[in-house]
Amino acid sequence: MGKTLFEKIWDQHVVKQIEDGPSVVYIDKHFIHEVTSPQAFSGIEKRGAKLFRPQQVVATADHNVPTMHQELPIKDALSKFQVDTLIDNCKKHGVELYGLGHKYQGIVHVIGPELGITQPGMTIVCGDSHTSTHGAFGSIAFGIGTSEVEMVFASQCIMQTKPKVMRINIDGELKNGVVSKDIILYIIAQISASGATGYFVEYAGSAIRALSMEARMTICNMSIEMGARGGMIAPDQTTFDYIKGRLFAPQGADWDAKLSAWKELYTDADAKFDLEINIKAEDIDPMITYGTNPGMGLSVRGTLPTVESFKDVTEKQNYEKALQYMGLKAGQSLLGMPVQHVFIGSCTNSRIEDFRLVASIIKGKQKDPNIKTLIVPGSQEVAKQIKAEGLDKIFADAGVEIRQAGCSACLGMNEDKIPAGEYCVSTSNRNFEGRQGAGARTLLASPLTAAAALLTGKITDIRDII
Amino acid sequence: MQSLQKLTSRFVPLRIENVDTDQIIPARFLKATTKTGFGKNLFRDWRYENDDETKPKADFVLNQPQYGGEILVAAKNFGCGSSREHAAWSIQDYGFKVVVSSFFADIFKNNALNNGVLPVTVSDAFLQEIFALGADDTLTVDLEAQTITINSTGSSEKFEINSYKKTCLLNGYDDIDYLLNMKAEIEAFEQTRK
Repeated sequence: MGKTLFEKIWDQHVVKQIEDGPSVVYIDKHFIHEVTSPQAFSGIEKRGAKLFRPQQVVATADHNVPTMHQELPIKDALSKFQVDTLIDNCKKHGVELYGLGHKYQGIVHVIGPELGITQPGMTIVCGDSHTSTHGAFGSIAFGIGTSEVEMVFASQCIMQTKPKVMRINIDGELKNGVVSKDIILYIIAQISASGATGYFVEYAGSAIRALSMEARMTICNMSIEMGARGGMIAPDQTTFDYIKGRLFAPQGADWDAKLSAWKELYTDADAKFDLEINIKAEDIDPMITYGTNPGMGLSVRGTLPTVESFKDVTEKQNYEKALQYMGLKAGQSLLGMPVQHVFIGSCTNSRIEDFRLVASIIKGKQKDPNIKTLIVPGSQEVAKQIKAEGLDKIFADAGVEIRQAGCSACLGMNEDKIPAGEYCVSTSNRNFEGRQGAGARTLLASPLTAAAALLTGKITDIRDII
Repeated sequence: MQSLQKLTSRFVPLRIENVDTDQIIPARFLKATTKTGFGKNLFRDWRYENDDETKPKADFVLNQPQYGGEILVAAKNFGCGSSREHAAWSIQDYGFKVVVSSFFADIFKNNALNNGVLPVTVSDAFLQEIFALGADDTLTVDLEAQTITINSTGSSEKFEINSYKKTCLLNGYDDIDYLLNMKAEIEAFEQTRK
């Protein structure tokens, strides 16, 4: 029997299979950031051990950093201490750091791919659940806890139980106004926030093949939001073209050798999945979430479920709790509802293509006067590219300020927060209670739907304005 | 890591589904560089009105004095979302040794096990039996036998855990101790890939 893409890469990395236990899996690249690494560094020091392969670790500061005046010292003492601790730890242990002020600094899942560090066939981990992003290149990439960060520091290996494999096929052509964020929000709405728990997901089908690398990253990024261990897409010419010539991409003869190996990374025709789901691209509308987990999403033209549609008592109570938090009513439509904030950013949607999409909508127009914005590029490189393409001018003319790179209002660890009770159309990945600030009400959507809200001040079907 | 063999305790029932790690420990408390002291902020925004420790929310179960013990019982898909291990640290620091649910998110489950907190997956029906109990009822979790028992009714269920993780937890070792002893094998593996 043939192998799935996942199995091919997994099998190449198993150092040892422990009897009735996990596999010891070799890790090619380990990304770290300031929030989930300090206890791993102190753990390894306490054991009197050293980093086993420091040259396979890459660090950046992203979660805690301000998005204005990055040239000044960080004001928040605790944030500053955490970022400084990362600097000290990297220096002490010989880890490459693209820290604050470095030209390659940015959100860890944006910089890995853009620097060409992320490559097909690799195993990649990071103490961050959105590490699944890197799977867009045909790698096994997943988020880990801090004990596991320490484990990889100590041995360049991780203990993992082999997950089940699922394939989600999306075939056909996307409708006008529908982008990759809508695909993944649609999938999660279909299978729920826990529907892929225990699985590694491969996304396939003609609609996936037609996507750019940036768009593929958006999809793989949110795999964790349906509980999946990770998501991946088989590499193809789009992948190879994206990687070629990037800073850490293989060169010359090494490129040729790597390329021929990468071309073997696909699911064999006779491989078996534990679960397979088929989706028609034509069924997907621009999506928006209404609740407090990413599975609570619907077409921007849809209506919220009725309370009676939930049969289970706990589910019913949970739905009512979410409605109460969000200040919404069962059965209502969201279209035309005023919102106060728009956040464009996060490891889901802060790449150059996202800024091009938004710029194409707001060009020559003015933002709604009642909307407050947080527009945050994913990296210094993205920010540079925005300027090089003159997109900054389009944003400025629309009355919108572009911030500096970081995770920002996706999780509100810095000062970029949404006030309690206010609504934010957000291109990020989580609408959990308090995620964007205590009491903040998050509506997840695509960069296009966010751009539409930015212009109208309301939840708007992008197709009504393009 | 602390070992865990057998525990009999009262429990705290948290009848909420899809409890994500942002609720267990909000992001603003992740600025620490040590693993200790997270318990006081466990479920912070569900526990207190406007982030004010002097204003506990009476309807939240951790604030209801009749409930207590070292076992947390939650509805399905517990620990979803962010990979922050701070969630496991805060549950442990608060004093829980076991978390019971009908379904756990993957990363949380690993994080809990790596910190000596045992995640026990039970059937939906058994979870409902626990939720129907009174505040004085106790549960017994026996890791060696892989059973969870409701002591007042004698109702019991087996739970799954792989034998490697079970041995680690019974003895209080962790994966890093194991991996540090495997260095030669890992180096040999690296050579085969060159």
